[in-house]
Amino acid sequence: MQRVYLDHNATTPLLPAVIDRMMAVLREEFGNPSSVHHFGQQAKASLDEARTDVANLIGAEPSEVLFTSGGTEADNIAIRGAAEALEATGKRHLIASAIEHEAVLNTLKALAKRGWRTTLLPVGQSGIVSVDTLRNALTDDTAVVSVMHANNEIGTIQPIAELARAAHERGALFHTDAVQSAGKIPIGVKTLGVDMLSMSAHKFYGPKGVGALWIRRGLRVLPLLTGGRQERSRRAGTENVPGIVGMGVAARMAIAKMAEEGRRLAALRDRLEAGILRGVPGTAVNGSTEARVPNTTNISFDRVEAESLLIALDLEGVAVSTGSACSSGTLEPSHVLKAMGFNAHRAQNSIRFSLGAANTEAEVDRVIAVLPGIVEKLRSLTRAPARA
Amino acid sequence: MSGGVDSSVAAALLAEQGHDVIGLSMQLYPSTSSGQATSATERFGTCCTLDDLNDARRVASKIGFPHYIVNFERQFRDTVISNFVQEYASGRTPLPCAHCNSDLKFSTLLDRARGLGAEQVATGHYARVEQARGGRWLLKRSADPDKDQSYFLFSLTQDQLARAVFPVGGLTKPEVREQARRLGLVVADKPDSQEICFIPDGDYASFVERKEPAVARAGAIVDREGRELGTHGGVHRFTVGQRKGLGIASTIPLYVLRIDADAGTVTVGSRNALEQTRLTASGVNWISLDAPQSAVRVSAQIRHRHKPAAGSVIALADARAELIFDEGQPAITPGQAVVFYEGDTVVGGGWIE
Repeated sequence: MQRVYLDHNATTPLLPAVIDRMMAVLREEFGNPSSVHHFGQQAKASLDEARTDVANLIGAEPSEVLFTSGGTEADNIAIRGAAEALEATGKRHLIASAIEHEAVLNTLKALAKRGWRTTLLPVGQSGIVSVDTLRNALTDDTAVVSVMHANNEIGTIQPIAELARAAHERGALFHTDAVQSAGKIPIGVKTLGVDMLSMSAHKFYGPKGVGALWIRRGLRVLPLLTGGRQERSRRAGTENVPGIVGMGVAARMAIAKMAEEGRRLAALRDRLEAGILRGVPGTAVNGSTEARVPNTTNISFDRVEAESLLIALDLEGVAVSTGSACSSGTLEPSHVLKAMGFNAHRAQNSIRFSLGAANTEAEVDRVIAVLPGIVEKLRSLTRAPARA
Repeated sequence: MSGGVDSSVAAALLAEQGHDVIGLSMQLYPSTSSGQATSATERFGTCCTLDDLNDARRVASKIGFPHYIVNFERQFRDTVISNFVQEYASGRTPLPCAHCNSDLKFSTLLDRARGLGAEQVATGHYARVEQARGGRWLLKRSADPDKDQSYFLFSLTQDQLARAVFPVGGLTKPEVREQARRLGLVVADKPDSQEICFIPDGDYASFVERKEPAVARAGAIVDREGRELGTHGGVHRFTVGQRKGLGIASTIPLYVLRIDADAGTVTVGSRNALEQTRLTASGVNWISLDAPQSAVRVSAQIRHRHKPAAGSVIALADARAELIFDEGQPAITPGQAVVFYEGDTVVGGGWIE
């Protein structure tokens, strides 16, 4: 079966150039970057090169980039590490948006159990956090504010620069999870004015198991992992050299084609969106269509459970998601759509389409062609619940 | 696909026969690993836990067909669990597996499967479905009398039976395990599930109280003449035929004869008083024949582990039926199913009133 992959916000395939470079490292550059000898120096040089490439992706200095095991670890170091560093100052309050990834939400929950007060910022149906909402939530003892750059489920881009400014006015640090924007849209840490920024390689055609956290120079963040002095003692443990090198190549490639690929994906996404809205009755786009990453659309299908639609599409060879698969693979109502004020029903009948490098117009047209029949069939077999 | 050996072998056999198989596992309880807060009292389930769902996935992957988990927590709560609690609260003894079959597996799940383009739904039940000449669908006992589950399937309608497939119904349990080993399935030696899946500790009374605290209403234990012998903490703690846990000193063993939820009384008496020859049933589903207007000879089963007994059944109005046993049967229990058989064939069945 010819399969169409429209789930690039979950993960992306490796670029051939990434594989080639990683293979070379796996085969020949096995050295430990901390070693003094030739082998260590060779590995260290590869690491430095990757650090520069990743720093360039976000307009940062290489020395400010810390490699991690992925976006989740980057978020954890940023929030826990900064919060713990500020504990002595008496700060005991954390803020995040209600539509953050679980990596942020559950980190706040864990800190709440240890005595931190936490506030989740509501978002309207646009899916965008307003600066006033943040201003009202900030207190003098707010340590860290964490708001994602682009949302993973609906793709909306948050007004990070304004939010960061508001946080700084009250003396709070600002972290942004840029896992869904890095590699997709231009990012400049100085323009955004943030203190910390998380990235994940596998969202932009790099390998899984590697990510990065940018920490503004001079900012004190306590490590989660203690041990050797790797990553300037902020993340102990021998570096995942092949993964990091892969992330570097992916970052370089993303920079090179970002503008052109962004335009191409936005056109494809708009074609898909328009085709679905036109071809399937009872559909609507979730969240703002103004400020979105170019590859993402999230559409609700009235009177169809997303769970069924996802399975039916997969059986047709079309891979999509609802954006919030739990560990068992089963689907629960999206916390993002619920936070946006949609009822549980709409939160349960929405599908995320996230496009990527290999997608073509022909693929998009095939999806537009098969969807109406699938939706109609599912609707015809949906019974009203026996009891509400 | 529960992740157990029966449904795993059922799916694998169909795939081996060349059917286009889609594996579906039902998630019926809140998953404790999903990050959602789940209180200790809500953590239940012996079947279809995360490990079981993973086993189902591994079987599907090994045989090479797609596998999905469908979330029916809401439907399970609204049909099976709600009925279970209501029945106990009304002084009856529920049979949740039968409700799950007719109200969930062969309704919600069947609809879901049809939406995905499937023509039929197969399960790992030990029972057989055959089409008689003339087109009527028949439900028959399994080839393994010890494992037979036709009792739990009596409420399937003709439409439901037409879409039901029981691939292990013609096998014995040892044969099913043998097939699992032959197919190299990881679940070949997995123990059988026991008890009611959503109450793994077997403490039904506590479960019902958590769901419906109002049931824990004290009442009297009385004898057949209405004399009070003691008190109890709620009618949901009793089932007809129960002997243990009455907390009454007596020279002869006492059994629960009747439960009156409205009055809150539990009537007890001797073993002899437990035997009855007549019962009526409601919600009766006739399978091998149309509702009989004159008495039909059947052997009837009033519990999963009851040895069927001979009697005559006749249809009454409003999907009810009356059954007269040739000999008295102990502990005819309201809420349980009575299933009528003719040989191995299910004639019909209903809910004991």
